[in-house]
Amino acid sequence: MIETRIQKIFATVLELSRDFDFATLRYNEHPDWTSVAHMSIVAGLEMEFDIIMETDDILAMSDYAKAVEIIARYSADN
Amino acid sequence: MLTIDLSNRVALVTGSSRGIGLATAERLFAAGANVVLNNIAESEELAAAGAKLAAQRADGVAISVGDVGDPEAAKQIVRTAFNRWKRLDILVNNAGILRDNLIGMIPDEDIHSVLATNLVGVIATIQHAARLIARNKNGSIVNISSIIGVRGNRGELVYGASKAGVIGATLSAAKELAPLGVRVNAIAPGFIDTAMTAHLRPEVRAERIASIAMGRIGKPEDVANTVLFLASEYASYVTGQVIGVDGGMLI
Repeated sequence: MIETRIQKIFATVLELSRDFDFATLRYNEHPDWTSVAHMSIVAGLEMEFDIIMETDDILAMSDYAKAVEIIARYSADN
Repeated sequence: MLTIDLSNRVALVTGSSRGIGLATAERLFAAGANVVLNNIAESEELAAAGAKLAAQRADGVAISVGDVGDPEAAKQIVRTAFNRWKRLDILVNNAGILRDNLIGMIPDEDIHSVLATNLVGVIATIQHAARLIARNKNGSIVNISSIIGVRGNRGELVYGASKAGVIGATLSAAKELAPLGVRVNAIAPGFIDTAMTAHLRPEVRAERIASIAMGRIGKPEDVANTVLFLASEYASYVTGQVIGVDGGMLI
């Protein structure tokens, strides 16, 4: 369930197709995952999960798997 | 009749236990905003300010104690608005300290503390608040600089640098946040009647007033009214500006 919501944010910001392999998604390796897009993803995740992310987590969110790991932690905290 | 209505908006005013910060918080509150008051430490002034506003609208005020110069504390101050109201619309970076000293006589501690409170505090608070404000696609950040940050002044090397830095931060933040619907402006007050200027010797005070074209010292409300304008929809196309509130002071 969490992954579905996370994927929705990534897909919206990066304009990904439904069958995209999210496991391959890495910051600065995917052509559209730029620093500007990164902050849009962060803003989208914060709104979706009603959280405020720590700066360290924003900087550490270097790929999709890491994003899931970080958001899962916030969800567990809430 | 035109009015400024900030109902359902949430404002955070740092350094709002007295002076310009308190006058600003009161103005925003009177316009309908819910307000987070802040001071570096618990104080009778802060408690009195909170009680005064709560007496008018109990659910419209929150208090967050912390030093904005400490980024971790700045984060917690911003989170007070999120935890209480789940939103933030207006950020007023007002907290500041003044340490006058001639060059060569400035203690290292003063350099660090003035830059931490006056400049690092502004940067840290913007960093933590910007995304929360941007969620609503319509917000305002007002940074309180100083005429000293624009013109400079003898004995205010560090203070002037910190307030000039606030202007630089304002201009950069305005460009980065404009696409997100967040306006960022600075106010450069002149000689304002606050605790920060109360220590001046009578002759220095008279000299300063003589340099003001309007012939009087400014009131905290003079600055607060300008913040209210910048926070309102009447300033909806104003960003990246530094507005002097100085009565035509020459320095």
